[in-house]
Amino acid sequence: VSAVELPRLLRGGGTLEEHLEAHAPLPAEPDLIDACARAGLRGRGGALFPAAVKLQAVAGGRGARTVVVNAAEGEPMSAKDRVLLERAPHLVLDGALAAAAAVGARDVIAAVPGSAGRAAAALERALAQRAERRVRLVSVPDAFLAGEETALLQALAGRPPRPRLTPPWPAERGLNRRPTLVQNPETLAHLALIARHGPDWFRALGTETHPGSTLVTVGGCVHRPGVYEIEVGMDLAGVVRAAGGATERVRAVLTGGYHGTWVDGARTPAVRLDAESLEAAGLRMGAGAIVLLPSSACPVAEVARVVGWLAEQTAGQCGPCVHGVAAIACQLDAIRAGRADRLAIARLDRWSAQVAGRGACHHPDGTVDFVASALEVFEAEVEMHRRFGPCEQCGGRAVLATPAHARLAA
Amino acid sequence: VKRELSVDPIACTGHGACAELLPELISLDDWGYPIVDDAGVPDALLAHAKRAVAACPTLALNLQASSAMRRRSSKRGGDG
Repeated sequence: VSAVELPRLLRGGGTLEEHLEAHAPLPAEPDLIDACARAGLRGRGGALFPAAVKLQAVAGGRGARTVVVNAAEGEPMSAKDRVLLERAPHLVLDGALAAAAAVGARDVIAAVPGSAGRAAAALERALAQRAERRVRLVSVPDAFLAGEETALLQALAGRPPRPRLTPPWPAERGLNRRPTLVQNPETLAHLALIARHGPDWFRALGTETHPGSTLVTVGGCVHRPGVYEIEVGMDLAGVVRAAGGATERVRAVLTGGYHGTWVDGARTPAVRLDAESLEAAGLRMGAGAIVLLPSSACPVAEVARVVGWLAEQTAGQCGPCVHGVAAIACQLDAIRAGRADRLAIARLDRWSAQVAGRGACHHPDGTVDFVASALEVFEAEVEMHRRFGPCEQCGGRAVLATPAHARLAA
Repeated sequence: VKRELSVDPIACTGHGACAELLPELISLDDWGYPIVDDAGVPDALLAHAKRAVAACPTLALNLQASSAMRRRSSKRGGDG
């Protein structure tokens, strides 16, 4: 397989036969952690944390270790993990088993949300084809925070998926208080390819600091919404082209889902999707959810609705998140309805500064980043709503999904 | 050894005793939850800080060696 050819992950391979045809058998890699470090693989669950650091931490721990495949994709605008599991379950399993061998883990748990029935079925079929008994499939609740590592471990222990304070990190103390490697399915699939082809092959695509290919979920006003595998560092114009182009004028683009950031439509085409370029532009990659908001939608109504939903998705544990995010959501809705005074924006700034960094997890931080970028990009629309109330576009069809997830707060 | 205060946000229920006892380093947000000065505890306030820690009804306030020192002694994981 040529190193620069795409797709890498989505080559097909639902059945074991197809998988072995698309990808050579998995060789016994003497030092997968080292290969992974040299490849510069970053976790694809949203944080882009170096995968080798986690592998090393778990390998160096004591006691019975476990590998958890974290497919608890709670981000409503992301579908890449479930699509990867549907289309290449064997590649994810290869990665999980190779990671288990590398860190000395006996058991592998694949955590798949209840709503991802097709992904779970594909994984079950794949396990049956391999007669693989070390991998256990567990269904976890659909909740925005269910994929947060420590929340996921709670769910696997039979409790509601609520984050706990870190450190200790799961790599130090996870399932059954033992070192646990929690990795995103895409990260594991890349690992399976690094084990086959080596770090140089992996680095033939992407950038120096963020190598490889990546899965993105493109939604909103494009002709062919869905999951695409792109080279890391591709510009947004290219991503939009891959999804069939925009169906109408684009007001703004959301990168990184609901803990992500907005970029003005005019700035969009040149934005490059790699960690360094995005950070320099004040944007976020997250788990690769990209949404094109059409000019015909009302950004204020969309943002107010999503932040209201994010407030509902709190785990209900930390005061600043429970009260602060709810207050921010209320204030945004008052702006949307034209019921907010002149101090509304100053109040949002004050509350955002107060809740940032004050939860056990990143829910308040991600939410206020989303809000801050929305207030910047949609400044004119926000002021119009605050003064005159709902616009003609407010009642239009929702672009950003707010599914009926279970609430975690008591 | 430089010490600093931290709040366990899950354990904290916003009694506010800490801000009463140590207003020099702890203020309350708009909902009554403590915001702790992260610059560390000066020696002159150490006794007051210990009193505030002891007074927390939910044991949510902690005094520990500064985070720079803790980072060196702890291996890091992370999410994603």
